[in-house]
Amino acid sequence: MPQTRPVTPAWQRFGLAIPYAWLLIFFLAPFLIVLKISLADPIVAQPPFTPLFDAARAPQLYATLENFRFVLADRLYLLTYLNSVKLAAVSTLLCLLIGYPMAYGIALSRPDTRNTLLLLVILPFWTSFLLRVYAWMGILNSHGTLNNLLLWAGLIDRPLEILYTDTAVFLGMAYSYLPFMILPLYANLARLDLDLLDAAADLGARPRRVFLDVTLPLSLPGVIAGCLLVFIPAIGEFVIPALLGGDDTLMIGRVVYDEFFLNRDWPVASTVAVLLLLLLLVPIAIFQRYEAQGEPRA
Amino acid sequence: MRGHSTFVLVAMGFGFAFLYLPIALVVLYSFNDSRLVTVWGGFSLRWYAELLRSGDVLDAAWLSVRIATASATAATVLGTLAGFALARMGRFRGRTLFTAMIAAPLVIPEVITGLSLLLLFVSMQQQLGWPSARGATTIAISHVTFSTAYVAVIVRSRLASMDATLEEAAMDLGGRPLRVLFDITLPVISPAIVSGWLLAFTLSIDDLVISSFVSGPGATTLPMLIFSKVRLGVTPDVNALATIVIGLVAIGVGIAGWIQLHRSAGRGV
Amino acid sequence: MTEGTPVRDLPANARWLDPGAAPFVRIEELSKRFGDFVAVDRVDLRIYKGELFSILGASGCGKTTLLRMLAGLERPSGGRIVIDGVDLTEVPAYQRPVNMMFQSYALFPHMTVEQNVAYGLRKEGTPAPEVRERVAEMLNLVRLTPLARSKPAQISGGQSQRVALARALIKRPKVLLLDEPLAALDKKLREHTQFELANVQDRLGVTFIVVTHDQEEAMTLSTRIAVMDEGRFVQIGTPGEIYENPRNRFVADFVGNINLLEGVVEACGGGEALVRCDEVGAKIRVRFEGELAPGARVCVALRPEKILISKEPPPENDRPTVPGVVFDLAYFGNLSLYRVRTAGGKIVEVSAQNRRREARRYLEWDDQVHLSWDKGSALLLTE
Repeated sequence: MPQTRPVTPAWQRFGLAIPYAWLLIFFLAPFLIVLKISLADPIVAQPPFTPLFDAARAPQLYATLENFRFVLADRLYLLTYLNSVKLAAVSTLLCLLIGYPMAYGIALSRPDTRNTLLLLVILPFWTSFLLRVYAWMGILNSHGTLNNLLLWAGLIDRPLEILYTDTAVFLGMAYSYLPFMILPLYANLARLDLDLLDAAADLGARPRRVFLDVTLPLSLPGVIAGCLLVFIPAIGEFVIPALLGGDDTLMIGRVVYDEFFLNRDWPVASTVAVLLLLLLLVPIAIFQRYEAQGEPRA
Repeated sequence: MRGHSTFVLVAMGFGFAFLYLPIALVVLYSFNDSRLVTVWGGFSLRWYAELLRSGDVLDAAWLSVRIATASATAATVLGTLAGFALARMGRFRGRTLFTAMIAAPLVIPEVITGLSLLLLFVSMQQQLGWPSARGATTIAISHVTFSTAYVAVIVRSRLASMDATLEEAAMDLGGRPLRVLFDITLPVISPAIVSGWLLAFTLSIDDLVISSFVSGPGATTLPMLIFSKVRLGVTPDVNALATIVIGLVAIGVGIAGWIQLHRSAGRGV
Repeated sequence: MTEGTPVRDLPANARWLDPGAAPFVRIEELSKRFGDFVAVDRVDLRIYKGELFSILGASGCGKTTLLRMLAGLERPSGGRIVIDGVDLTEVPAYQRPVNMMFQSYALFPHMTVEQNVAYGLRKEGTPAPEVRERVAEMLNLVRLTPLARSKPAQISGGQSQRVALARALIKRPKVLLLDEPLAALDKKLREHTQFELANVQDRLGVTFIVVTHDQEEAMTLSTRIAVMDEGRFVQIGTPGEIYENPRNRFVADFVGNINLLEGVVEACGGGEALVRCDEVGAKIRVRFEGELAPGARVCVALRPEKILISKEPPPENDRPTVPGVVFDLAYFGNLSLYRVRTAGGKIVEVSAQNRRREARRYLEWDDQVHLSWDKGSALLLTE
């Protein structure tokens, strides 16, 4: 039923103003600054870039697209972006393959079991992300648990080089982002009307067909949500490639970090960041559109 | 209820094993007397002793806790205000921008957020003279910024699903709008506010990337310390640290669960 | 078809019949618009002190919006609300001497039953000892004293409703508004609660305004009913008036079951009208005091219980009679509902008490029957 809202009282407006101001200063302004610096030259100074407004060159703005040209021309950067997307995509897929059956199983469990299982999914999230990635280091290295197991079982005769390769990064990412995949999937599957499954079975469909024809299509929004929730941050992931990946594991998050701290080239780092953001705009827009659609949540 | 197919059961089992195996292994090896993972040297607590002896670990942990507490509290306040604004105020000028700023930290990679915040602090230092040095304060400010988004989302969704007639009933009985806020609305959404605080605390205490960008000399948080240690490989004292963290979390969850149980017990059948 | 539900006793001195009595609640030209949509369209209403007044209508007719405006939860787009001589139109909800019992009860989940009931008094600034006393008294009245310390999640639906009632009444409001009070209750509980509400109202003498879509609820509870449709009142009257003298087809059809036989006036005069009703294939005499031109389109309204159904043709007399064939029947134990196809094709509903205890039913499918009724039992509707 439509409701008229009373005129917003003053204290409500004030309440809005505080977080708004904070976010403008500490969230929006920084992005504008990154943009500004991507248009500057690196110089040996503190801070190491040319200012936008310079008294010597006033009233003109000093901006250059040199950094963009540099980054876009260099094959290595391009490869890194592509590799990041590739790694993120593979990790998302892996996450989906592991997470979907889990979400499905939890959603179709008894209500009390369900809550316990959900808790078990979320629990690792409360322990340190860093430490869990670190745990994988111990498992995947050449003297690590996995190799020990495989050697002992006689499946291999020399240790596999997994750590410091792309494979380790897939595993690490799929592992770390699993809760982000399971939760939206679960939220969607939990709302699945079980009568639909029964109806399909009643009409003669075998379990596999029921899944393909009824469950899977209906769970698609959850799948999309989960995938986006994993894919988007995964592209810019830093910690996992830094710890589990090798020197040839090109990921854009690491590049930003290295450009900034090792090369001390702030403008290029900013440029890489801006390009990364542009790259992400499409999936983010899809995500926002999807979120807006699903607004009235049960 | 319907039973699960074998496939689903196996998949779930594998999935949970996948989730918990690394944790279990770390805990196991924290008690391993030998430094090497390949050899089991017997049960030992030497790594714990070594851990507790190293002052820098304890300092870093204490710093992280202080930053996390401060930033979680501030983020909860800001996030609750933001959540209210989003849930209660209809269209207002600048709502689209506000919604975008709230949603963005949830998906934007941390390297970008970290980089942009550092550049902000540098600019501010240049123009305003503050902050004079980067450290705990800048880390805290940065944490507040992204945590606010998480709290806002939680509070907003709780408000949206709250029965609107509760507030109307309170008003009907003579409660003025501000009183109704404190008497009814806040108590009813308090679980959301609490879980918002907990989430903000966790995010802060676990943050590596943004802290690395905006920190300064002398302010090393626990994740930063751990990262510098493990960059080069596995070290046993970190195993001990991990086990302690896991233990604390397990205890925390256990207490929360016990409180919940107690509360529902008083609820009757 | 509930039998055994007693009709409320009407006050001997029904105040609305007294032209000199001042109404306790006066609603004048009240309206509410949401954008282009008009929810409440300039309604007028007078309600007298001590009434249990029902506003009856289907979903979306505007009754809830009207109630909310009375409570102060919705600002009117136009018009006035005057209660006990005071213009309350601009007064906010928390300052009105009006309290509401919400359909969902809206009990505060984090407070005990006691605290819920006490809330209104505490907001008034009543001193604590008095609060305790009055809460105890009220809980006693609604028989919830043992549950005082319980939380809303721990009590049943019927108990929740009594808490909501107690909470609303404890402030001794001038008017109590009830939003679909019986909707959430099952049948047994509903009957029980009807009694309770009536009792409570009698004892406290509070004026009740009830909003409902359930005409049974309205009929059994109320002193008077206002039937509402599309933001307007269609008819206001006692349950008897609404039921036996509906003003138009809408009201006739809305309350209870009725047969609406469409026809054309052939002759009119001398307190009677002759209607040619092709639907049933007969000409019907109806008592009618007014003037109608021949050819006027009218409707003969006839309640199922007023019709006598019998296999034997009735003796020649003044009673209107229509022949037909039993098309369908439903057996309810105490009565039977017959659907009879008449010569013109229209199906007429007849309800008859099963006065005989017979193993074999008196009437069966496809029986030839005769329907007859008192000339005064039918009503002629022109709208």
